[in-house]
Amino acid sequence: MKAGIVVFPGINRERDMAIALKNSSGHAPRMIWHKETDLGDLDLVVLPGGFAFGDYLRCGAMAAHSPVMRAVHDHASRGGYILGVCNGFQILTEADLLPGALLRNASLRFLSMDCHLRVERRDTVFTSRFQTGTTFRAVMAHGDGNYFADGATLDRLEQEGLVAFRYVNSAGNIEPEANLNGSARSIAGIFSPNRRVLGLMPHPEDLVDPLMGGTDGKPLFDALAAA
Amino acid sequence: MTKPLERDVNQQLASEFGLSAEEYARVLAIMGRTPSFTELGVFSVMWSEHCSYKSSRVWLKQLPTKQPWVIHGPGENAGVVDIGDGLAAIFKMESHNHPSFIEPYQGAATGVGGILRDVFTMGARPIANLNALRFGNPNNPVTKRVVDGVVRGIGGYGNCVGVPTVGGEINFHPAYDGNPLVNAMTVGIARKDKIFLSAAAGIGNPVVYVGSKTGRDGIHGATMASTGFAADSEEKRPTVQVGDPFTEKLLIEACLELMATDAIVAIQDMGAAGLTSSSVEMAGKGGVGIALNLDNVPARETGMSAYEFMLSESQERMLMVLRPDRQEMARGIFEKWDLDFAVIGELTDTGRLTVMHNGTLEADIPLAPLNDQAPLYTRPTIDTPKREKLNPARIEDRMGLTGALKVLVACPDLCSRAWVWDQYDSTVGGMTVKRPGAADAAVVKLEGLARGLALTTDCTPRYCLADPELGGAQAVVEAWRNLTAVGARPLAITDNMNFGNPEKPEIMGQFAAAIRGMAAACEALAFPVVSGNVSLYNETEGRAILPTPAIGGLGVLDDVTKAVGLALPPWLDLVLIGSTQGWLGQSLWLREIAGREDGSPPPVDLAVERANGDFVRTRILDGTIRACHDVSDGGVLVAIAEMAMAGGVGVRLSTHPRDVPGHAFWFGEDQARYLIAVPDSASVLRAAETAGIPATRIGTSGGKDLTLPDGGTISVDELRALHERFFPAWMDG
Repeated sequence: MKAGIVVFPGINRERDMAIALKNSSGHAPRMIWHKETDLGDLDLVVLPGGFAFGDYLRCGAMAAHSPVMRAVHDHASRGGYILGVCNGFQILTEADLLPGALLRNASLRFLSMDCHLRVERRDTVFTSRFQTGTTFRAVMAHGDGNYFADGATLDRLEQEGLVAFRYVNSAGNIEPEANLNGSARSIAGIFSPNRRVLGLMPHPEDLVDPLMGGTDGKPLFDALAAA
Repeated sequence: MTKPLERDVNQQLASEFGLSAEEYARVLAIMGRTPSFTELGVFSVMWSEHCSYKSSRVWLKQLPTKQPWVIHGPGENAGVVDIGDGLAAIFKMESHNHPSFIEPYQGAATGVGGILRDVFTMGARPIANLNALRFGNPNNPVTKRVVDGVVRGIGGYGNCVGVPTVGGEINFHPAYDGNPLVNAMTVGIARKDKIFLSAAAGIGNPVVYVGSKTGRDGIHGATMASTGFAADSEEKRPTVQVGDPFTEKLLIEACLELMATDAIVAIQDMGAAGLTSSSVEMAGKGGVGIALNLDNVPARETGMSAYEFMLSESQERMLMVLRPDRQEMARGIFEKWDLDFAVIGELTDTGRLTVMHNGTLEADIPLAPLNDQAPLYTRPTIDTPKREKLNPARIEDRMGLTGALKVLVACPDLCSRAWVWDQYDSTVGGMTVKRPGAADAAVVKLEGLARGLALTTDCTPRYCLADPELGGAQAVVEAWRNLTAVGARPLAITDNMNFGNPEKPEIMGQFAAAIRGMAAACEALAFPVVSGNVSLYNETEGRAILPTPAIGGLGVLDDVTKAVGLALPPWLDLVLIGSTQGWLGQSLWLREIAGREDGSPPPVDLAVERANGDFVRTRILDGTIRACHDVSDGGVLVAIAEMAMAGGVGVRLSTHPRDVPGHAFWFGEDQARYLIAVPDSASVLRAAETAGIPATRIGTSGGKDLTLPDGGTISVDELRALHERFFPAWMDG
């Protein structure tokens, strides 16, 4: 799968993401400046983590109006794959490519620590290398990761199987203590209805090498590389 | 004509600007006339303690700064050392103490921003931040507000700018009540043949301003940092700068993009004293003149005067001298990143700083005397009286080992810092091998290479108060030991000298003694000082902080996969390297359990440090040692508990030697010691004996409990609960 990473001003995990993608695919992804308007023949567009435009105004709000986003919308409507992590997830919600919003963490503090995510389904291009119900570790590093949507939207996400990952304890169970940022229904990541757009808060790209503490995030990139 | 807000220049005004009568007389002699308001401002900030190091320079010269691997020592924006593979590590630590008390969030945030600029201005991509923090008594309500603000500020800036915060240290002591210390360290990596320096060159070359616009913030910040605090410090809030990490991130990317070309002749960030110090230092180092036209300086506010432009400490700004034929290419890069780019002057052959504003010559100062005749003081010193060596046998142990351990692992100086680290992004960049708390030093990998760096900050201020010379040496050896304990080869240090009012002989005596101790340790360990910062006048209403020469250490691992942490694996032998007299003087046991802060601190034997450290490092690199932890605050038992908690595994301890009282053996803070976990202690003990290194098998790991030689038992889970309680309960409870 041919991948590209969008670089907005203030993004800071584009290098981590490039390392993870190259680690699994053998190919360095294309880096796309946010003022570019042509995504070419990319199969996968990645919106990485960071603080696009300083997260001033509202996380992801300004990035959602960058010139590149028209092409990202076109890519989505053509059925292209999109992965948004952390700030990238926030941008996807601001751009209406995914529903809901990311609010301040319930603790009102930045949270930087490992968390456990449960894979809710594996019949997607992103999750095919995980087992359904399996849990994996990922690094969370955000101040605004508290997923919020109205009840009807949450119900729809659940009914249509669009919840990708939930925060769980290491045994794989949902509990308030494991839902560190206070997300609605412990939701850590969601899919678009065609399951080709994935947004999640924690960073699988920071656990793809045993030296950095584990390879829990690698199956996601292996799956994308193989697709 | 006097402008609004400007006043007649005279002795009185000079004094308000922080210049002594003798210094003002020297200004008059250099100028040959009464200086203008702006000129007086330039002299006062350049000759402030903060910028001129006028009280400390004579002593700093004693520090060893050279080794074959040192590329640039003190004098540049940061120190530069060769780390192999054609790369250089560029690093420095710098204080932001005064601003962090007045306005904790912005003070700490801009401290991080400032030290980042010192590093990337030399061509390095910053890869790690650390911070050494000292706060007042936790029971003082102000302390809580300061800790909260400082931690949020460090996180707010570092997280946004995308440089991982990988390590640091925190101490509490009432001596920091009105004067916390925020010492921020940045480490960056550059190609060693692409280091950028600040010496301006090329008459007629354009002087270019990039970054944020200039406002009225931080005016006279350098002067504020050069006096003690009084009760009215709150009123100094306007002298604190405001940080914008988003702009800093853009500035890093834009500067690194420009640095990949051949456009830059010289570059320096605008830190303390802003445009004044950057222009004066760049021209001074290059031996050229500089003509500035302030009409072209991007301004955030209207109606700013020349004085305000020259003294503003607005953040996220850089000054560069460019090759004229590359000027428009460079402009294109900064416009791409939506940053201001303005040609605000040129280099001249006059040897003078001239400042034009609204068609008026506002300043015209000869640069050589401004730099060369800067005041230099050999201030009087008084030695700190030596303290008595305590006899441990005469200090009663009322609590027993288990009870004391429970108190110590939970006390503010030893408890878990997870609450703090969990607010710092320690993984961004994807190269963090040992995160905060995982090892004695943080370890980061170099992208695409086998090599890694080990990083630490260290100082034990209570030792420094009791014996500044020993304390200075101890700070250096502890940094060296922490790097060694992960398997790194220690290369060099940066120092951040935090002291009280240098005009008091007792304080200057502390400073001079600490330098002596540091110099001896640096020499003996081949561990030179390559950069540093001095922060004096850390006093509130005449009460000084503990002398705090904070050391930032950097080491290299040729193969980063060999790094070890402190987490104890099960079923290994635990061996104590180094000898134990049971030194309780100035120990945390003495303070927290016996309620005393007296005695002489543990002696430092530099030859023993080196021998013990080299023995340990060799056995980490050959794979013998699976976990390692240096023995410091709290002594052996606390160090074992820390290894057990990190590994989630218990330890059964052996009895201690009969010639040392139990509490002194387990809680004494003798130096040059390490705990190592090995599969087969017999062969290690034999090797140690051959090498003449004291080594004792002290226990075996396994199970879920820590079992003490006096029969006491405590589960690792209980220890952990005690260890992790303080910060969350204090800050969020």
